[in-house]
Amino acid sequence: MSTVTSSADKSIVEPLADEPMHHARNNDAHHDAHAHSSPTPIGFWIYLMSDCIIFGALFATYAVLGGNYAGGPAPKDLFEPGFVAIETALLLFSSITFGLAMLRADKDDRDGVLKWLAVTAVFGAGFIAMEIYEFNHLIHIGAGPDRSAFLSSFFALVGTHGLHVTGGLIWLVTLMVQIRMHGLIGENMRRLGTLSMFWHFLDLVWIGVFSFVYLVRLI
Amino acid sequence: MASEPTTQIVETISPIFGRLTLDWIPYHEPILVGTFSAIVLGGIAVLALMTYFKLWAPLWNDWVTSVDHKKIGIMYMILGFIMMVRGFADALMMRAQQAMAAGGSEGYLPPHHYDQVFTAHGVIMIFFVAMPFVTGVMNYVMPLQIGARDVAFPFLNNFSFWMTVSGALLVNISLFIGEFARVGWLAFPPLSGANYSHGPGMDYYLWALQIAGVGTTLSGINLIATMLKMRAPGMKLMDMPIFSWTSLITNVLIVAAFPVLTATLALLTLDRYLDFRFFTNDFGGNAMMYVNLIWIWGHPEVYILIIPCFGIISEIVSTFSGKPIFGYRTMVMATACIMVLSFIVWLHHFFTMGSGADVNTFFGIATMIIAVPTGVKIFNWLFTMYKGRVRFEVPMLWTIGFLVTFTIGGMTGVLLAVPPVDFQLHNTLFLIAHFHNVIIGGVVFAIYAGVTYWWPKVFGFKLNDTWGKRSFWFWFVGFYFAFMPLYALGLMGVTRRMNMYPDAAWQPYFIVAAFGAVLIALGIASTFIGFYVSIRDRKALAVGSDPWDARTLEWATQSPPAPYNFPEDIEVVGREAFWHMKKTGFKWSGKYAPIHMPKGTATGVLISAVALVFGFAMVWYIWWLAILSFVGMLAIGIGHTFNYNRDYYIPSDVVTATEAKGATA
Repeated sequence: MSTVTSSADKSIVEPLADEPMHHARNNDAHHDAHAHSSPTPIGFWIYLMSDCIIFGALFATYAVLGGNYAGGPAPKDLFEPGFVAIETALLLFSSITFGLAMLRADKDDRDGVLKWLAVTAVFGAGFIAMEIYEFNHLIHIGAGPDRSAFLSSFFALVGTHGLHVTGGLIWLVTLMVQIRMHGLIGENMRRLGTLSMFWHFLDLVWIGVFSFVYLVRLI
Repeated sequence: MASEPTTQIVETISPIFGRLTLDWIPYHEPILVGTFSAIVLGGIAVLALMTYFKLWAPLWNDWVTSVDHKKIGIMYMILGFIMMVRGFADALMMRAQQAMAAGGSEGYLPPHHYDQVFTAHGVIMIFFVAMPFVTGVMNYVMPLQIGARDVAFPFLNNFSFWMTVSGALLVNISLFIGEFARVGWLAFPPLSGANYSHGPGMDYYLWALQIAGVGTTLSGINLIATMLKMRAPGMKLMDMPIFSWTSLITNVLIVAAFPVLTATLALLTLDRYLDFRFFTNDFGGNAMMYVNLIWIWGHPEVYILIIPCFGIISEIVSTFSGKPIFGYRTMVMATACIMVLSFIVWLHHFFTMGSGADVNTFFGIATMIIAVPTGVKIFNWLFTMYKGRVRFEVPMLWTIGFLVTFTIGGMTGVLLAVPPVDFQLHNTLFLIAHFHNVIIGGVVFAIYAGVTYWWPKVFGFKLNDTWGKRSFWFWFVGFYFAFMPLYALGLMGVTRRMNMYPDAAWQPYFIVAAFGAVLIALGIASTFIGFYVSIRDRKALAVGSDPWDARTLEWATQSPPAPYNFPEDIEVVGREAFWHMKKTGFKWSGKYAPIHMPKGTATGVLISAVALVFGFAMVWYIWWLAILSFVGMLAIGIGHTFNYNRDYYIPSDVVTATEAKGATA
């Protein structure tokens, strides 16, 4: 988060929009943004933890129901390690490119940020496209979520992650537009910082999905 | 609540209206038509009066779009009181039915109607009465107690409130369009699955709770960030007043527990809408998975309701005993203990699942252990009063009522924590009596105490004492009449949710319980009369900023507080900041800087309104409208992020003028 605080005093639009409106002492805080830090990072962390619990509930459901095939296909019949490995690689690389975007942001290089965000978006979209392909394929061969409790919990867990990535992509594109409009102002830097947390969080959840849903079940 | 269209209207889904047809409008049910007409006539009268007095612009600008935590807090309380009337009407209907339907008589409510009534009663009382009450008090009082100007995310606060309202509206719409769920307040599958609850009632339940749940979770995040980041300079965490501490712990519970509810209801929604197999009887589904998940949320939920109430009681006991709270540190520790323990007791709600003696023993003992930190609190309150100069003002009456009633309820809870006892009492009226004992005796009494206590801070005048005392005594006595017979009935083996019963020997108990409900009705009426009388006599009841000789920081502001709460920073010293200020003769400097404030916005109410349309469209399978409104929510939300101009400054001369006016008032 160092990038966020180090750039927070660059605000050129109305200063400290979204800043905490608290102590009178800080009324002139736009001269010194370090006087009190924004509650946004901690608030977003707490949000991520609550989201993590949603995933926790879905993982638990998969753990309990994941063996209930109801006479239908099992993981060995459905999952292809190579396919999932490429999916995983796409998402992991997108985290690296997001990191590179953050480094450019730290250097106040607007075009560099936009470039790396665009690369991140392409990787993310590739991941989503592969997931849609996989879901579509499963449904077509009769292994849709209505086939068994195992497949229901699989679709719910992996699909929820996919929806999060999709939401992240929409956010990413929106933020790119806003960075083009206003540049790397403090407000946009804060948004970039929170989106970065969100993106890496989804990566982390995917590592759980990859290991727990695919890898372990293929051994 | 159309009578029995479930079987007739099966699958005729029109592309325009989904499965909504005229048969779902209960125009042939006189009670509902009467209620509807009364609401419409009342509504028209209110609208006409508002237009006549030109109140539309102030309502929109000063309230609906306001991001001021104080106004949002007040609106939460209004929502809670309105929904309490609705939920209590359901309670009266049930008590009347059970007083009549003995020994072959069928009473006046047919089963399909009665089942909707008890489901609606539970859902409304927990989600749309108790939750708005505790959220409202936390929203209003906590930022003032920690010397903050507002919450951490003022816009989010407004949005959270309106999402809660959308959920409440969806439940109420079900009264006149379609039906409500007939599954009990936690909607266990397979009964709540597509096979056994085909109609829209169950979907109203799911979407109402899902929409309101978004608001609750976001509000939890918001209030935690507020307490962690916005405390007045010098105020350490262990300097926060007990109410703020209990708010912090409650919101941690909200953020940790509500996502489980969201996930669980989403899974049930997938089962119902897209033929998933989580909780079905076939294809490997497991209904007990739902019961486990919902109680992993559900048990922390009851602590989410009661813990802020412990905080309210702590503040009141301390103020009216004229002493600091006894055992501040143990109070915080006890609350934190309860927070942790509340997550490892969920299985005591279904000992009868058959998980074996070992598992049941673990959860039974964990449950009994919760009585220890709770007991610590009770003794702390008693020791605070000990050798204090206790003033028996109305808030203190409610507090004494709380102490006695909640302790009894807690003890019957410990009885239920013994698995072999629970096997006898599971799903009986003993359980119903127990949780009403702790929710009415705990949450409702404490909220009433808090409303009476903080009313002068919020509005600048006290509530009328006479009506306050009447309200207390009707509620207090009414509670014992209404619920003590239920303990006895439970021990006789009477199960909950019965529409009628064969044994006429039970009837006298039910009649006593119904009498108790009437007393409570008088208590509620006294409350509203009290509000009316006090507002009418507000000039005579006007008080200064510190009418109770209180000890915490919210009383340092004007009554009602100015929009910016505190004109300048306070350097907080020690735990009872305001008490210390009074002792040291604190004075405001009189030279104020301009104050940085958030602007109001209509985004929150707009997204919530579209969310309501979305929920309605999903309930009725109106897919085009669902897609349209979902895209609409996204568009409004994203559009909001393009607005970078969200704040303004209150000039220093305005602050000076406001403070001068407050000082003379």
